[in-house]
Amino acid sequence: MASQFDVIILGGGPAGYVAAIRSAQLGMSTAVIEKDKLGGVCVNIGCIPTKALLHSAYIARLLREAKEFGIEAGAVKTDYGVAMQRSRKVSDQNSKGVEFLMKKNKVTVIKGSGVLLPGRKVKVGGDSHEAKKAVIIATGSRVKGLPQIGLEINKTTVISSDEALFLEKAPASLAIIGAGAVGMEFADIFHAFGTKVTLIEALPRILPLEDPEASDALAKSYKKRGIDVIPGAKVKKGTAGKDKVTLEVEANGATQKLEVATVLMAAGRAVNTENIGLADCGVQVTERGFIKVDAGLQTTAPGYYAIGDVAGPPMLAHKGMREGVTVTELLAGKKPHAIRYDNVPSVTYCHPEVASIGLTEDQCKERKLDYVAGRFPFSANGRARGTGETEGFVKLLRDKTYGEILGAHIVGGHASEIIHELAVARENEYTVEEVELAIHAHPTMSEAVAQAALDSLGRVVDM
Amino acid sequence: MATNVYMEALSPTMEEGRVAKWHKRDGDAVKTGETLAEVETDKAVMDLVARADGVLRQVAVAEGQTVPVGSVVAVIAAPGETVGATAASAPPPAPVPSGSGKRETGNVATMTAPAPVVVAPLPATAPSDATRVKASPLARRMAKEAGVDLKLVTGSGPGGRVVKKDLERAPSTAPAPPFPISRFPLPERSAAPYDDVPLTQIRKTIAKRLATSLGPIPHFFLTTEVDMERASEARDALNKQLGDRGKVSFNDIVIKATALALGTHRACNAWFQEDHIRYWNEVHIGMAVAVEDGLITPVIRSADLKSLGEIGREAKDLAEKARNRRLQPNEYTGATFSVSNLGMFDIDQFTAVINPPEAGIIAVGSIVQKPVVLDGQVTARRRMRLTMSCDHRVIDGATGAAFLQTLKQMLENPLAMLL
Repeated sequence: MASQFDVIILGGGPAGYVAAIRSAQLGMSTAVIEKDKLGGVCVNIGCIPTKALLHSAYIARLLREAKEFGIEAGAVKTDYGVAMQRSRKVSDQNSKGVEFLMKKNKVTVIKGSGVLLPGRKVKVGGDSHEAKKAVIIATGSRVKGLPQIGLEINKTTVISSDEALFLEKAPASLAIIGAGAVGMEFADIFHAFGTKVTLIEALPRILPLEDPEASDALAKSYKKRGIDVIPGAKVKKGTAGKDKVTLEVEANGATQKLEVATVLMAAGRAVNTENIGLADCGVQVTERGFIKVDAGLQTTAPGYYAIGDVAGPPMLAHKGMREGVTVTELLAGKKPHAIRYDNVPSVTYCHPEVASIGLTEDQCKERKLDYVAGRFPFSANGRARGTGETEGFVKLLRDKTYGEILGAHIVGGHASEIIHELAVARENEYTVEEVELAIHAHPTMSEAVAQAALDSLGRVVDM
Repeated sequence: MATNVYMEALSPTMEEGRVAKWHKRDGDAVKTGETLAEVETDKAVMDLVARADGVLRQVAVAEGQTVPVGSVVAVIAAPGETVGATAASAPPPAPVPSGSGKRETGNVATMTAPAPVVVAPLPATAPSDATRVKASPLARRMAKEAGVDLKLVTGSGPGGRVVKKDLERAPSTAPAPPFPISRFPLPERSAAPYDDVPLTQIRKTIAKRLATSLGPIPHFFLTTEVDMERASEARDALNKQLGDRGKVSFNDIVIKATALALGTHRACNAWFQEDHIRYWNEVHIGMAVAVEDGLITPVIRSADLKSLGEIGREAKDLAEKARNRRLQPNEYTGATFSVSNLGMFDIDQFTAVINPPEAGIIAVGSIVQKPVVLDGQVTARRRMRLTMSCDHRVIDGATGAAFLQTLKQMLENPLAMLL
C-alpha cells in the first residue's frame, strides 16, 4: 500500500507530534511514523514518568518532616513498585492524550520503523509513503552506556533510566554515573525510597552546565541529606557481577573501590541516526553525530528537515517542540519568529529544583561581558519560610550598561515554574527594571525574582 | 474669536519649519503658553506654543510636513465657538525675537501680508502616528544611550519591532567614536540608478552656510605640530583629581588654550562685517559637534574665563543637547572663533571651513606617538597637528602664525594656562 501526504514525520516524540499537529492545523495532510508509543522518550520513559516519581519522593520527604509542621504521620513506609505503577499510569494517560490529539487533528499515524528513501519517500515495512512537501526527521535520542570501561548496560546490575523507570523495588545501593539532570533526579528519587546513593560526576562539579552557585547549593543539599557526591571523579573500571557491581573510582588523587547493588548510567545520550537511510538520501551529520541543518531546519538534502534531539543540542523536549512548530510554519509559507536558542530554559526537577536561562556567570566572564550579579536567597522570602522551602536563591546576571538580563539562575522550590517570568522577559528584551517594575504578589516565591533584580541595581529592599 | 496658529520663526535663520510632532490634537483644550507641537527648524527641534486659550481646531499640517514661516497650521477656537473653513482673521504674532535682525525683518515682512490660507478640514482618519515606534525596552535603552533615532531603524522582531540585534553593528576593531557618526537617513538601496532624497532642514542650512564661506572668503591655512606629552600628563592628573566629578578631554584642553591664546591675540578674535571688522573683547568658542544628518557648533561662552572642569561639563552637556536636537538658538549662535576636532577618527590633519562671520577656525588632528629628536636623542612623543583656517580679510599670515605659536606654547606647557 502506498500513500501520499504533504508532510511525513519520522518519529512521534515531542518534536514530531507537535510538528504533526501544527502541520495539520495549517491545512497540510500529515502522517507520523512511530515504531513504539506516541509521545516518545519524553512521555513514556523520560520527562513525564520521572516527574511522577519525583513527586512520590517529595511526599515521602514531606511526611518525614511533617512533625515539625504539627502533623504526625507515624513511620513512613515507601514502596517503589507502587510509585512506579502510578508513574506508568501517568505516562499511559499522556501517550493516549497524544493519540487523541492525532485523531482530533486528522493526522495519520503509521506504526512501524521508517526508512528514508530518495524522492521524499519513507518506507515502512513493505509500504512506501511519499511526501509532497517535506519529510521531517524527528527520531530523537537514547541512553548510552560506557562499554569501554566495562559498564555496558546489561539491564540488571548496570541499568539506564529506561530500566530504572520499571524497577519493582528500589535497590539497596546505587551508584549513579553522571550528575546532569537525569543523574540528579534519580539520586533524589531513590534516596527518598531508602536507597544508599552515590553520585559520581567526571567534571569538577555536579550539574556542570549550570551556574557554579547552583551546583554548590545542590551539592550542599544532597550531602546534608546523606547522598554521597563525588565530583571530579573518573570511573577507571567497572566489574559487573550477578548481583553487584564493583567500581574503581579515582578522585582527589586517590582511588577508591565502591561496591553497589546497581549502577545507573546517566552520562549522555546518543542520537538515533542509524538505519534510517540518511546517507542514501544525502542527509549529512556533524562531527558530533547530529544531523546538519540550516537556519530553516532543512538538512543537506532538499525536502528533508530535522527537528528535536537529532537536530542538535540542547536536547530538550521543549526545544524540539518549538522546532516542530517553526519547521511546519516555514513549510506552510509563513514567517515564524526565529527560534532563540540562547533563550531555552533548562530545568532539573530534583529537590530543591534548579532552573536557568541564558548565560552562567562563568560564560559572562569568558565573553568578557560587563555584568553585575543580583542575588536573593529564599531564606529571606516570607512565603518560602512559611512552606519550609528556604533552600536556594534567585540569581540574575545583568548587563551593566543597558540592564539586559544576561542570565537567570534559580535554585529552590518551584524554580521550574518561576523561571518563565524570566523567559518572557528575555524573549521580549525586558531589562531588570521592567521585571522589577512589574508588581509581584506578596507573599510569593516569585518576589525573590524582583528582589534579585533590585539587588542587581543596588537597591534590594528585603535584605 | 478664533486665533490662527502660525508657523513661527523660531530661530533667526528659520524660513520654514517641519512639524515633527503634535502635542495637542484636534479638539484638545489649550492654554496660552502650552506647547502645541514640536517644530524642526534648520537648527533644532523647538516648541510651537499656543498664543490664546481655547480649543485646537482645523489642524492643517500633518506630522512630518514642512510649511513656510507664516503659514497657518491650525486654529484656536474660543470654547464653544464653531469655526469656518478659513480663519485668517487675527494678525500673525510677532516672531520670537532673538539674534541679529536682518533675516528676522524678512520674516516679519512675509508675515505681515499672510496669504489667506484655506484650512482644509482634517480627513476623517488622522494621519498614522509616525512618532510611535515599536521597540523592545532593551532596544529603547540602547538607542537612547547611543543617540540613535529608533524611527530610522528597521525592526526585525515580531510585527517589525526594533530589537537588540537591529542596533548591533558588525564589531569594529577601531575604538568607538565618542559620538555617533553622522548618519544620513538614506533609503534602502533600490533598483533605480539613483535615489533622490529631499534636503532636511539642517542639510539645507549647512549647504547655504558653507557656500557663503569657502567661496567668498579668501581662506588660507597654517599648520603646526604640537607636543602633547605634558598636556597628556596634566590631563591624566586632572582626571584623577576630578574622580567621578567629570572628565577633561583633550578637546576641552584645546578649547581652553585657544580661548586664552585669543585673549592675547585679539586680531584673530574678530568678525568680518562687510564695512567694518568687529574685534571681540569676549571669547566665545564654537565647538563643532557631529549630529545625525549633519553638524552644529554649540558655543562655550567666555571660555577664557572658565575652568577646564567647567568647560568639560559644559561641552558634554551641549554635545548631548546637540545630538538630541534640543539646542536653543542662544546656545549655537554668537561664537567668535571655532574649534573642530576629528582626532577621534584618526585624522592626522585637515582644514576646516570658516563659520562666517568668524575669522578663524582651528582643525584638531589625532594625537599620535612619533619619533622626535629631543636634546639630540630620538624619543617617542605624543604629537598633535593643528591647522588654522584664516579669513585673509581679517587675519594676515604673520598675525595667524603668532596666534598659533602662542597656542602651541600653551599646549606644550599647560602650566602656562594658569598664568
